[in-house]
Amino acid sequence: MGYRADVIIIGGGIIGNSTAYYLAQKGCSVIVLEKSDYIGNGGSSRNGGGVRQSGRDKRELPLAMYGVKHLWPNLSEELEMDVEYYQQGNLRLGKTEAHIKTLAGLTERAASLGLDVKMIDQAEAKAINPYLSAEVMGASWCPTDGHANPMLATLAYYRKARELGVRFMTGEEVAEIKKIKGKARQVVTTEDVYEGDTIILAAGYDSRDIAATVGIDVPMTRALLEVLVTEAQPAMFYQMLGTAAADFYGHQSTHGSFVFGGTSGLEDVNKDNGTPVTNSITASCICRGIMNYFPCLSDAKIVRTWAGWIDVCVDHVPVISPVEEVPGLILACAFSGHGFGIAPTVGTLLAQMAVGEAPVLDVSDFRYDRFKAKL
Amino acid sequence: MGKIKDRLTPIGEFVPQPDDDMIICRCEEITKGEIRQAIHDGMFTLTEIRRFLRAGMGLCQGQTCTRLVKGMIARELGISPLEVEPAAARAPMRPIKMIVLGNEGKES
Repeated sequence: MGYRADVIIIGGGIIGNSTAYYLAQKGCSVIVLEKSDYIGNGGSSRNGGGVRQSGRDKRELPLAMYGVKHLWPNLSEELEMDVEYYQQGNLRLGKTEAHIKTLAGLTERAASLGLDVKMIDQAEAKAINPYLSAEVMGASWCPTDGHANPMLATLAYYRKARELGVRFMTGEEVAEIKKIKGKARQVVTTEDVYEGDTIILAAGYDSRDIAATVGIDVPMTRALLEVLVTEAQPAMFYQMLGTAAADFYGHQSTHGSFVFGGTSGLEDVNKDNGTPVTNSITASCICRGIMNYFPCLSDAKIVRTWAGWIDVCVDHVPVISPVEEVPGLILACAFSGHGFGIAPTVGTLLAQMAVGEAPVLDVSDFRYDRFKAKL
Repeated sequence: MGKIKDRLTPIGEFVPQPDDDMIICRCEEITKGEIRQAIHDGMFTLTEIRRFLRAGMGLCQGQTCTRLVKGMIARELGISPLEVEPAAARAPMRPIKMIVLGNEGKES
Protein backbone atom coordinates (compact mmCIF):
# COMPACT_ATOMS: atom_id res chain seq x y z
CA MET A 1 0.00 0.00 0.00
CA GLY A 2 1.26 3.47 -0.72
CA TYR A 3 0.42 6.87 0.68
CA ARG A 4 0.84 10.23 -1.00
CA ALA A 5 0.60 13.82 0.20
CA ASP A 6 1.83 17.27 -0.77
CA VAL A 7 4.39 17.16 2.03
CA ILE A 8 5.92 14.23 3.90
CA ILE A 9 7.48 15.16 7.23
CA ILE A 10 9.94 12.74 8.80
CA GLY A 11 9.86 13.16 12.58
CA GLY A 12 6.83 13.66 14.85
CA GLY A 13 8.52 16.05 17.27
CA ILE A 14 7.56 19.65 17.85
CA ILE A 15 9.34 20.81 14.68
CA GLY A 16 7.47 18.26 12.54
CA ASN A 17 4.17 18.78 14.33
CA SER A 18 4.24 22.58 14.18
CA THR A 19 5.24 22.48 10.50
CA ALA A 20 2.39 20.03 9.83
CA TYR A 21 -0.06 22.34 11.59
CA TYR A 22 1.00 25.45 9.66
CA LEU A 23 0.98 23.51 6.37
CA ALA A 24 -2.50 22.12 7.04
CA GLN A 25 -3.67 25.68 7.65
CA LYS A 26 -2.40 26.55 4.18
CA GLY A 27 -4.51 23.73 2.76
CA CYS A 28 -1.70 21.23 2.09
CA SER A 29 -2.09 17.52 2.60
CA VAL A 30 0.56 16.29 5.03
CA ILE A 31 1.80 12.95 6.36
CA VAL A 32 4.06 12.84 9.42
CA LEU A 33 6.18 9.72 9.99
CA GLU A 34 7.34 9.00 13.52
CA LYS A 35 9.78 6.19 14.26
CA SER A 36 8.75 5.57 17.86
CA ASP A 37 5.32 4.48 19.02
CA TYR A 38 4.84 7.88 20.63
CA ILE A 39 4.37 11.35 19.24
CA GLY A 40 7.06 13.75 20.44
CA ASN A 41 9.21 11.11 22.09
CA GLY A 42 12.62 12.65 21.41
CA GLY A 43 13.97 16.02 22.41
CA SER A 44 10.50 17.57 22.17
CA SER A 45 9.39 15.89 25.39
CA ARG A 46 12.87 15.89 26.86
CA ASN A 47 13.97 19.49 27.30
CA GLY A 48 13.87 22.22 29.89
CA GLY A 49 11.01 24.12 28.27
CA GLY A 50 12.97 27.34 27.88
CA VAL A 51 11.51 30.02 25.61
CA ARG A 52 14.69 32.05 25.73
CA GLN A 53 16.21 34.77 23.63
CA SER A 54 19.17 35.41 25.90
CA GLY A 55 22.11 33.07 25.52
CA ARG A 56 21.38 32.47 21.84
CA ASP A 57 23.83 32.57 18.97
CA LYS A 58 23.33 35.77 17.01
CA ARG A 59 22.16 33.79 13.97
CA GLU A 60 19.45 32.15 16.04
CA LEU A 61 18.36 35.23 17.95
CA PRO A 62 15.98 36.62 15.26
CA LEU A 63 14.09 33.29 15.28
CA ALA A 64 13.74 33.39 19.06
CA MET A 65 12.70 37.06 19.07
CA TYR A 66 10.12 36.53 16.32
CA GLY A 67 8.53 33.66 18.25
CA VAL A 68 8.41 35.57 21.53
CA LYS A 69 6.88 38.56 19.81
CA HIS A 70 4.43 36.97 17.38
CA LEU A 71 3.75 33.33 18.18
CA TRP A 72 4.18 32.28 21.80
CA PRO A 73 1.83 34.88 23.34
CA ASN A 74 -1.17 33.54 21.37
CA LEU A 75 -0.19 29.90 21.08
CA SER A 76 -2.51 28.52 23.79
CA GLU A 77 -5.45 30.35 22.28
CA GLU A 78 -4.57 29.32 18.75
CA LEU A 79 -4.11 25.64 19.61
CA GLU A 80 -7.07 25.70 22.00
CA MET A 81 -5.01 24.20 24.77
CA ASP A 82 -2.98 25.74 27.59
CA VAL A 83 0.70 25.21 26.73
CA GLU A 84 1.66 26.84 30.05
CA TYR A 85 3.63 29.69 28.55
CA TYR A 86 5.03 32.13 31.10
CA GLN A 87 6.82 35.29 30.07
CA GLN A 88 8.31 36.24 33.40
CA GLY A 89 11.94 36.65 32.46
CA ASN A 90 15.19 34.72 32.57
CA LEU A 91 17.66 35.01 35.42
CA ARG A 92 21.16 33.74 34.80
CA LEU A 93 22.83 33.62 38.18
CA GLY A 94 26.41 34.17 39.28
CA LYS A 95 28.10 33.45 42.60
CA THR A 96 31.69 34.56 41.94
CA GLU A 97 33.48 37.49 40.29
CA ALA A 98 34.38 35.17 37.43
CA HIS A 99 30.71 34.25 36.94
CA ILE A 100 29.70 37.91 36.86
CA LYS A 101 32.38 38.60 34.28
CA THR A 102 31.12 35.75 32.09
CA LEU A 103 27.53 36.99 32.39
CA ALA A 104 28.52 40.58 31.65
CA GLY A 105 30.21 39.44 28.42
CA LEU A 106 27.15 37.46 27.31
CA THR A 107 24.85 40.33 28.23
CA GLU A 108 26.87 42.91 26.33
CA ARG A 109 26.87 40.75 23.18
CA ALA A 110 23.12 40.08 23.35
CA ALA A 111 22.27 43.72 24.10
CA SER A 112 24.34 44.87 21.10
CA LEU A 113 22.05 42.69 18.95
CA GLY A 114 18.97 44.50 20.17
CA LEU A 115 17.85 42.19 22.96
CA ASP A 116 16.44 43.72 26.14
CA VAL A 117 18.89 42.13 28.59
CA LYS A 118 20.96 43.69 31.36
CA MET A 119 23.12 42.92 34.39
CA ILE A 120 21.52 43.27 37.79
CA ASP A 121 23.06 43.22 41.27
CA GLN A 122 22.26 41.05 44.27
CA ALA A 123 19.51 43.32 45.62
CA GLU A 124 17.77 43.55 42.25
CA ALA A 125 17.99 39.79 41.77
CA LYS A 126 16.55 39.25 45.25
CA ALA A 127 13.71 41.64 44.45
CA ILE A 128 12.83 39.55 41.39
CA ASN A 129 13.32 36.23 43.16
CA PRO A 130 13.29 36.39 46.98
CA TYR A 131 14.13 32.68 47.27
CA LEU A 132 17.73 33.11 46.05
CA SER A 133 20.64 32.17 48.31
CA ALA A 134 22.64 35.03 49.82
CA GLU A 135 25.62 33.64 47.89
CA VAL A 136 24.19 34.90 44.59
CA MET A 137 26.16 38.05 43.72
CA GLY A 138 24.27 39.11 40.64
CA ALA A 139 22.62 37.94 37.47
CA SER A 140 21.82 38.73 33.90
CA TRP A 141 18.16 39.55 33.42
CA CYS A 142 16.08 39.28 30.27
CA PRO A 143 12.51 40.24 31.18
CA THR A 144 10.92 39.03 27.94
CA ASP A 145 12.25 35.45 28.22
CA GLY A 146 10.11 32.67 29.60
CA HIS A 147 9.20 29.01 29.47
CA ALA A 148 6.40 26.71 28.39
CA ASN A 149 5.47 23.06 28.85
CA PRO A 150 7.26 21.14 26.08
CA MET A 151 5.09 18.03 26.29
CA LEU A 152 1.87 20.01 26.07
CA ALA A 153 3.09 22.29 23.30
CA THR A 154 4.27 19.30 21.23
CA LEU A 155 1.01 17.41 21.72
CA ALA A 156 -1.12 20.53 21.23
CA TYR A 157 0.38 21.00 17.76
CA TYR A 158 -0.17 17.29 17.08
CA ARG A 159 -3.77 17.38 18.26
CA LYS A 160 -4.62 20.45 16.20
CA ALA A 161 -2.82 19.21 13.07
CA ARG A 162 -4.60 15.87 13.36
CA GLU A 163 -7.91 17.69 13.68
CA LEU A 164 -7.08 19.48 10.42
CA GLY A 165 -6.58 16.11 8.73
CA VAL A 166 -2.82 15.60 8.96
CA ARG A 167 -2.03 11.87 8.90
CA PHE A 168 0.38 10.89 11.67
CA MET A 169 1.93 7.43 11.41
CA THR A 170 3.72 6.12 14.50
CA GLY A 171 6.09 3.17 14.57
CA GLU A 172 7.18 4.05 11.03
CA GLU A 173 10.95 3.92 10.84
CA VAL A 174 12.35 5.55 7.73
CA ALA A 175 14.90 3.47 5.85
CA GLU A 176 15.65 5.83 2.99
CA ILE A 177 14.64 8.79 0.89
CA LYS A 178 14.43 7.89 -2.79
CA LYS A 179 14.92 10.20 -5.72
CA ILE A 180 12.83 9.91 -8.84
CA LYS A 181 14.05 11.78 -11.93
CA GLY A 182 16.61 13.59 -9.78
CA LYS A 183 14.10 14.83 -7.24
CA ALA A 184 13.42 13.67 -3.68
CA ARG A 185 10.07 12.00 -4.01
CA GLN A 186 9.64 8.83 -1.97
CA VAL A 187 10.15 8.01 1.67
CA VAL A 188 10.64 4.30 2.19
CA THR A 189 9.95 2.92 5.66
CA THR A 190 10.42 -0.60 6.92
CA GLU A 191 6.82 -1.34 5.94
CA ASP A 192 5.58 1.17 3.40
CA VAL A 193 6.36 3.74 0.75
CA TYR A 194 5.21 7.35 1.06
CA GLU A 195 5.29 9.81 -1.79
CA GLY A 196 5.30 13.60 -1.61
CA ASP A 197 6.20 16.70 -3.61
CA THR A 198 8.28 17.97 -0.70
CA ILE A 199 10.03 16.00 2.02
CA ILE A 200 10.97 17.69 5.29
CA LEU A 201 13.55 15.86 7.39
CA ALA A 202 13.10 16.78 11.07
CA ALA A 203 14.13 13.59 12.83
CA GLY A 204 16.64 14.92 15.33
CA TYR A 205 19.90 12.99 15.40
CA ASP A 206 18.41 10.25 13.22
CA SER A 207 18.24 12.83 10.42
CA ARG A 208 21.93 12.18 9.82
CA ASP A 209 21.49 8.57 8.73
CA ILE A 210 18.37 9.38 6.71
CA ALA A 211 20.03 12.32 4.91
CA ALA A 212 22.95 10.01 4.12
CA THR A 213 20.63 7.93 1.91
CA VAL A 214 20.60 10.82 -0.56
CA GLY A 215 24.29 11.61 -0.06
CA ILE A 216 23.90 14.54 2.33
CA ASP A 217 25.68 14.86 5.66
CA VAL A 218 25.04 17.18 8.57
CA PRO A 219 28.01 17.37 10.97
CA MET A 220 26.36 16.59 14.28
CA THR A 221 26.75 14.35 17.25
CA ARG A 222 24.46 13.66 20.13
CA ALA A 223 24.69 14.58 23.78
CA LEU A 224 22.73 13.38 26.76
CA LEU A 225 20.82 15.70 29.04
CA GLU A 226 19.28 14.70 32.35
CA VAL A 227 16.43 16.29 34.21
CA LEU A 228 14.83 15.84 37.60
CA VAL A 229 11.27 16.70 38.60
CA THR A 230 10.12 17.52 42.14
CA GLU A 231 6.75 16.93 43.72
CA ALA A 232 4.37 19.90 43.53
CA GLN A 233 5.53 22.86 45.61
CA PRO A 234 3.52 25.94 46.54
CA ALA A 235 3.68 28.56 43.76
CA MET A 236 7.02 30.34 44.27
CA PHE A 237 8.29 31.95 41.07
CA TYR A 238 7.94 31.61 37.31
CA GLN A 239 11.23 32.96 35.95
CA MET A 240 13.38 30.69 33.82
CA LEU A 241 16.63 30.04 35.66
CA GLY A 242 20.16 29.32 34.58
CA THR A 243 23.62 29.86 36.00
CA ALA A 244 26.93 31.16 34.70
CA ALA A 245 28.58 27.93 35.85
CA ALA A 246 25.88 25.83 34.13
CA ASP A 247 25.22 23.97 37.43
CA PHE A 248 21.56 23.58 36.53
CA TYR A 249 18.69 25.25 34.68
CA GLY A 250 14.94 25.04 35.02
CA HIS A 251 11.69 26.50 36.27
CA GLN A 252 8.55 25.85 38.27
CA SER A 253 5.66 24.48 36.24
CA THR A 254 1.97 25.34 36.43
CA HIS A 255 1.43 22.09 38.29
CA GLY A 256 3.84 23.26 40.99
CA SER A 257 6.66 20.83 40.35
CA PHE A 258 10.12 22.15 39.61
CA VAL A 259 11.81 20.86 36.48
CA PHE A 260 15.60 21.15 36.64
CA GLY A 261 18.14 19.98 34.10
CA GLY A 262 21.86 19.55 34.47
CA THR A 263 24.89 17.36 33.94
CA SER A 264 27.46 15.43 35.95
CA GLY A 265 30.30 16.23 33.56
CA LEU A 266 30.73 12.55 32.68
CA GLU A 267 28.11 12.45 29.91
CA ASP A 268 30.62 12.04 27.09
CA VAL A 269 32.00 8.83 28.52
CA ASN A 270 29.01 7.36 30.36
CA LYS A 271 27.81 3.95 29.26
CA ASP A 272 24.46 3.66 27.50
CA ASN A 273 22.78 0.90 25.58
CA GLY A 274 21.68 3.04 22.69
CA THR A 275 18.80 4.59 24.60
CA PRO A 276 18.91 7.75 26.67
CA VAL A 277 19.20 6.52 30.25
CA THR A 278 19.74 8.43 33.48
CA ASN A 279 22.99 7.88 35.34
CA SER A 280 22.87 7.24 39.07
CA ILE A 281 25.22 10.11 39.96
CA THR A 282 23.73 12.88 37.82
CA ALA A 283 20.53 13.73 39.72
CA SER A 284 22.54 13.96 42.95
CA CYS A 285 24.93 16.37 41.29
CA ILE A 286 22.04 18.51 39.99
CA CYS A 287 20.51 18.55 43.49
CA ARG A 288 23.75 19.93 44.94
CA GLY A 289 23.82 22.59 42.23
CA ILE A 290 20.25 23.67 42.94
CA MET A 291 20.70 23.78 46.72
CA ASN A 292 23.70 26.09 46.30
CA TYR A 293 21.39 28.69 44.78
CA PHE A 294 18.06 27.74 46.40
CA PRO A 295 18.68 26.29 49.88
CA CYS A 296 14.94 26.58 50.52
CA LEU A 297 14.34 23.68 48.10
CA SER A 298 16.45 21.21 50.15
CA ASP A 299 13.37 19.41 51.44
CA ALA A 300 11.59 19.27 48.07
CA LYS A 301 11.22 15.64 47.03
CA ILE A 302 12.37 14.32 43.66
CA VAL A 303 9.66 12.12 42.13
CA ARG A 304 11.20 11.37 38.79
CA THR A 305 14.29 11.75 36.63
CA TRP A 306 14.67 11.34 32.90
CA ALA A 307 17.18 11.70 30.13
CA GLY A 308 17.12 12.62 26.46
CA TRP A 309 19.37 13.09 23.48
CA ILE A 310 20.28 16.46 22.03
CA ASP A 311 21.30 16.55 18.35
CA VAL A 312 24.35 18.77 18.58
CA CYS A 313 25.59 20.56 15.47
CA VAL A 314 29.32 21.22 15.17
CA ASP A 315 28.66 25.00 15.42
CA HIS A 316 25.70 24.64 17.83
CA VAL A 317 23.27 26.25 15.38
CA PRO A 318 20.54 24.30 13.56
CA VAL A 319 20.32 23.35 9.92
CA ILE A 320 17.12 24.74 8.38
CA SER A 321 17.73 24.56 4.69
CA PRO A 322 16.55 23.47 1.29
CA VAL A 323 18.99 21.06 -0.37
CA GLU A 324 19.65 22.17 -3.94
CA GLU A 325 21.47 18.94 -4.79
CA VAL A 326 18.34 17.01 -3.85
CA PRO A 327 15.42 19.16 -5.03
CA GLY A 328 12.31 18.66 -2.93
CA LEU A 329 14.24 17.97 0.28
CA ILE A 330 14.27 20.41 3.20
CA LEU A 331 16.42 19.77 6.27
CA ALA A 332 15.39 20.85 9.79
CA CYS A 333 17.70 19.21 12.29
CA ALA A 334 20.79 19.62 14.53
CA PHE A 335 18.90 21.97 16.84
CA SER A 336 21.63 21.56 19.45
CA GLY A 337 19.26 21.70 22.42
CA HIS A 338 17.78 25.06 21.39
CA GLY A 339 14.88 23.76 19.32
CA PHE A 340 11.89 23.95 21.63
CA GLY A 341 11.75 27.71 22.15
CA ILE A 342 12.11 28.46 18.44
CA ALA A 343 9.83 25.62 17.25
CA PRO A 344 6.78 27.78 16.44
CA THR A 345 8.98 30.10 14.36
CA VAL A 346 10.74 27.21 12.64
CA GLY A 347 7.42 25.51 11.87
CA THR A 348 6.18 28.74 10.33
CA LEU A 349 9.34 29.11 8.21
CA LEU A 350 9.36 25.48 7.07
CA ALA A 351 5.70 25.65 6.03
CA GLN A 352 6.48 28.76 3.98
CA MET A 353 9.52 27.13 2.39
CA ALA A 354 7.59 23.96 1.57
CA VAL A 355 4.88 25.82 -0.36
CA GLY A 356 7.37 28.06 -2.16
CA GLU A 357 6.63 31.28 -0.26
CA ALA A 358 9.50 33.52 0.82
CA PRO A 359 10.14 32.74 4.50
CA VAL A 360 9.25 35.62 6.84
CA LEU A 361 12.82 35.56 8.22
CA ASP A 362 16.11 35.04 6.42
CA VAL A 363 17.24 31.43 6.82
CA SER A 364 20.52 31.66 4.89
CA ASP A 365 22.56 31.39 8.12
CA PHE A 366 21.20 27.89 8.62
CA ARG A 367 22.34 26.36 5.36
CA TYR A 368 23.42 22.73 5.28
CA ASP A 369 26.59 23.51 3.30
CA ARG A 370 27.99 26.19 5.62
CA PHE A 371 30.54 23.92 7.30
CA LYS A 372 34.17 24.51 6.38
CA ALA A 373 37.50 23.11 7.55
CA LYS A 374 39.44 25.29 9.99
CA LEU A 375 42.30 26.05 7.58
CA MET B 1 -6.70 -6.01 16.15
CA GLY B 2 -3.13 -4.95 16.69
CA LYS B 3 -1.39 -1.72 17.53
CA ILE B 4 -2.74 1.33 15.70
CA LYS B 5 -0.12 3.13 13.64
CA ASP B 6 -2.30 5.49 11.63
CA ARG B 7 -3.54 8.17 14.01
CA LEU B 8 -6.43 8.99 11.65
CA THR B 9 -7.86 5.49 12.16
CA PRO B 10 -11.50 6.06 13.12
CA ILE B 11 -12.29 4.96 16.69
CA GLY B 12 -15.84 6.26 16.79
CA GLU B 13 -17.30 9.34 18.43
CA PHE B 14 -16.65 10.24 22.06
CA VAL B 15 -19.78 9.14 23.90
CA PRO B 16 -20.23 10.61 27.41
CA GLN B 17 -20.68 8.01 30.15
CA PRO B 18 -22.43 8.44 33.51
CA ASP B 19 -19.25 7.78 35.52
CA ASP B 20 -16.97 10.10 33.51
CA ASP B 21 -16.34 12.22 36.59
CA MET B 22 -14.82 9.28 38.48
CA ILE B 23 -11.22 9.96 39.50
CA ILE B 24 -8.81 7.47 37.96
CA CYS B 25 -5.42 9.04 38.78
CA ARG B 26 -5.69 9.86 42.47
CA CYS B 27 -2.39 11.73 42.73
CA GLU B 28 -3.19 14.20 39.97
CA GLU B 29 -6.99 13.93 40.18
CA ILE B 30 -7.60 13.05 36.56
CA THR B 31 -11.04 11.69 35.72
CA LYS B 32 -12.20 8.88 33.50
CA GLY B 33 -13.90 11.38 31.19
CA GLU B 34 -10.71 13.42 30.75
CA ILE B 35 -8.72 10.31 29.90
CA ARG B 36 -11.34 9.05 27.43
CA GLN B 37 -11.51 12.48 25.79
CA ALA B 38 -7.70 12.57 25.46
CA ILE B 39 -7.77 9.20 23.68
CA HIS B 40 -10.29 10.64 21.23
CA ASP B 41 -7.99 13.66 20.81
CA GLY B 42 -5.33 11.29 19.45
CA MET B 43 -3.44 10.23 22.58
CA PHE B 44 -3.34 6.51 21.80
CA THR B 45 -0.61 5.44 24.26
CA LEU B 46 0.03 5.49 28.02
CA THR B 47 3.10 7.64 27.45
CA GLU B 48 1.09 10.28 25.57
CA ILE B 49 -1.72 10.26 28.16
CA ARG B 50 0.87 10.86 30.87
CA ARG B 51 2.40 13.79 29.03
CA PHE B 52 -0.95 15.24 27.97
CA LEU B 53 -2.92 14.93 31.23
CA ARG B 54 -0.34 14.12 33.94
CA ALA B 55 -2.24 10.91 34.77
CA GLY B 56 0.40 8.64 36.31
CA MET B 57 2.87 11.49 36.83
CA GLY B 58 2.15 12.28 40.46
CA LEU B 59 3.61 11.06 43.73
CA CYS B 60 3.00 7.35 43.06
CA GLN B 61 4.21 7.64 39.45
CA GLY B 62 1.32 5.62 38.08
CA GLN B 63 1.64 2.62 40.38
CA THR B 64 -2.11 2.80 41.03
CA CYS B 65 -3.77 4.02 37.83
CA THR B 66 -1.57 2.59 35.07
CA ARG B 67 -3.57 -0.64 34.78
CA LEU B 68 -6.86 1.24 34.73
CA VAL B 69 -5.70 3.69 32.07
CA LYS B 70 -4.29 0.84 30.02
CA GLY B 71 -7.69 -0.86 30.05
CA MET B 72 -9.40 2.36 29.02
CA ILE B 73 -7.04 2.87 26.08
CA ALA B 74 -7.61 -0.69 24.91
CA ARG B 75 -11.39 -0.32 25.16
CA GLU B 76 -11.60 3.03 23.39
CA LEU B 77 -9.27 1.87 20.59
CA GLY B 78 -10.84 -1.59 20.35
CA ILE B 79 -7.51 -3.38 20.78
CA SER B 80 -6.15 -5.89 23.28
CA PRO B 81 -4.57 -4.43 26.46
CA LEU B 82 -1.53 -6.55 25.52
CA GLU B 83 -1.00 -4.18 22.59
CA VAL B 84 -0.79 -1.14 24.90
CA GLU B 85 2.88 -0.54 25.72
CA PRO B 86 3.70 0.27 29.36
CA ALA B 87 5.08 3.73 30.11
CA ALA B 88 8.70 3.95 31.25
CA ALA B 89 9.33 3.55 34.99
CA ARG B 90 11.70 6.24 36.20
CA ALA B 91 14.07 6.56 39.14
CA PRO B 92 13.81 7.14 42.06
CA MET B 93 11.47 4.37 43.21
CA ARG B 94 10.14 6.55 46.07
CA PRO B 95 10.08 10.35 46.33
CA ILE B 96 13.35 11.46 47.93
CA LYS B 97 14.40 14.84 49.33
CA MET B 98 17.01 16.85 47.46
CA ILE B 99 19.15 17.11 50.55
CA VAL B 100 19.22 13.31 50.81
CA LEU B 101 19.71 12.58 47.11
CA GLY B 102 22.40 15.26 46.92
CA ASN B 103 24.36 13.66 49.76
CA GLU B 104 25.19 10.40 47.99
CA GLY B 105 28.96 10.75 47.90
CA LYS B 106 29.63 11.90 51.44
CA GLU B 107 30.52 10.07 54.65
CA SER B 108 27.71 10.30 57.17
